[in-house]
Amino acid sequence: MTSPLGKDLLGLEKLTAEQIGLILDTAEPLKEISERTIKKVPTLRGATIVNLFFEASTRTRISFEFAEKRMSADTVNVASAGSSISKGETLVDTARNLEAMKIDMVVIRHNSSGAAQFLAERIESNVINAGDGTHEHPTQGLLDLLTLRQRWGSLKGRKVCICGDVLHSRVARSNIWGLQKLGAEVAVCGPRSLLPSAIGEMGVTVFDRIEQAIEWADALNVLRLQLERMEGGYIPSLREYNRVFGVTRERLDRAPKEILIMHPGPMNRGVEIDSDVADGPHSVILDQVTNGVAVRMAVLYLLAGNSPRLAEAAKGGV
Amino acid sequence: MTPSRSVVLNARALERTLARMADEIVEQNDGTDDLVLVGIQRRGVHVAQRIAAVIAAREGVEVPRGALDITLYRDDLQTVGPRPIVGRTDIPMAIEGKSVVIVDDVLFTGRTVRAALNELADFGRPARVRLAVVIDRGGRELPIQPDVVGKYVEAQAGARVDVFVLEQDGRDEVVLETEPVA
Repeated sequence: MTSPLGKDLLGLEKLTAEQIGLILDTAEPLKEISERTIKKVPTLRGATIVNLFFEASTRTRISFEFAEKRMSADTVNVASAGSSISKGETLVDTARNLEAMKIDMVVIRHNSSGAAQFLAERIESNVINAGDGTHEHPTQGLLDLLTLRQRWGSLKGRKVCICGDVLHSRVARSNIWGLQKLGAEVAVCGPRSLLPSAIGEMGVTVFDRIEQAIEWADALNVLRLQLERMEGGYIPSLREYNRVFGVTRERLDRAPKEILIMHPGPMNRGVEIDSDVADGPHSVILDQVTNGVAVRMAVLYLLAGNSPRLAEAAKGGV
Repeated sequence: MTPSRSVVLNARALERTLARMADEIVEQNDGTDDLVLVGIQRRGVHVAQRIAAVIAAREGVEVPRGALDITLYRDDLQTVGPRPIVGRTDIPMAIEGKSVVIVDDVLFTGRTVRAALNELADFGRPARVRLAVVIDRGGRELPIQPDVVGKYVEAQAGARVDVFVLEQDGRDEVVLETEPVA
């Protein structure tokens, strides 16, 4: 029988509002497991999951690992710098080797957009995209949606502005698609050099000034300014960026209503976000981290229903 | 031949049955000390709440209640098809050393109770665990027996026994539906 999500989770662009709703509805009750003394349920006992990280990650990898372990799966972490090797060949080779070791799921992060789909088309195991290039980071999008839904009940008609480096951000893309599907209005705000030229086609409002965004929004999702962008000449200086686009207490104090503050981390305090905002009363940044584990548990649970090998094994076929 | 449908308990009868079950639970526990009721989602939670209300009325004691959703502990997750919806587990009290009564609507194969016992063990080690069910319809596949039973029903393997409760179904009723004979 097929999982309601299909075999893989590659991005939010291809999911329906119902599928996203199912993941969030499943994640809600799973939060309780992390509050228990024994933080473990036997659901994925016997399943083997490989966390294949071709790109540095702390939060996402740890969050996936906690989710996997709390569902009782066996996990293996494979980290690789993988920069000098031809990406296509490496991935195919790696995939074939993993399959030969009888795995059930792969969580992949890769610096090439489309890497997760490339892998998904070539192996039988379930594939979960943990970030591919500048394309998508679906579980981050889902945990952002869960965090907002917990605060608001429904996202319909709510206004969310994504601030900063939208151009290079897979988080921004997953957020835009997910938020729109759940009925929220989406805007972006940042220097024009860090916004995709075709951003208008995604059906979002564009603000050139952070003050406009703050006046409009119910929530700000403040993206990390990747410091290597400085060298690319996208912005004049970090100080300049903070002065023009920084989310500061003074700016938020002028907002007509209470604004929720999100950040996918890791934060550059004093650059895109000030400390007293990040640690302030309207920050839901740590809720995002907590929700991340629950959302990933939900995705594992829902996708594992479509594992052909586990199903065969359960029937005594293998 | 159409499936035959018979009412096993009507609303009044169900009310009396739940009241007697409440009395038996208190009797078996020799009072309400350390007593904890844990309902299995979803109808077991409503039944546990009804029983607690009876105990509160007769003994003047609010017995602590919890809820278990056993979905993640099922032994047939890989074969049941689309993933079942996960419900909420809520055990708001420490169950260590307590006298826990697991409450459910219908006892059939015993597999749900097996899952509930495993899940309960992840929350602590009760001094004693009992099982109270509104209907025992037989057909056990595991060595599990109830301590408190509302009513025994002889039901064939293909038959359905449904406990309907006001809170969820808009009416109080227990119904037996037998399969048409082929």
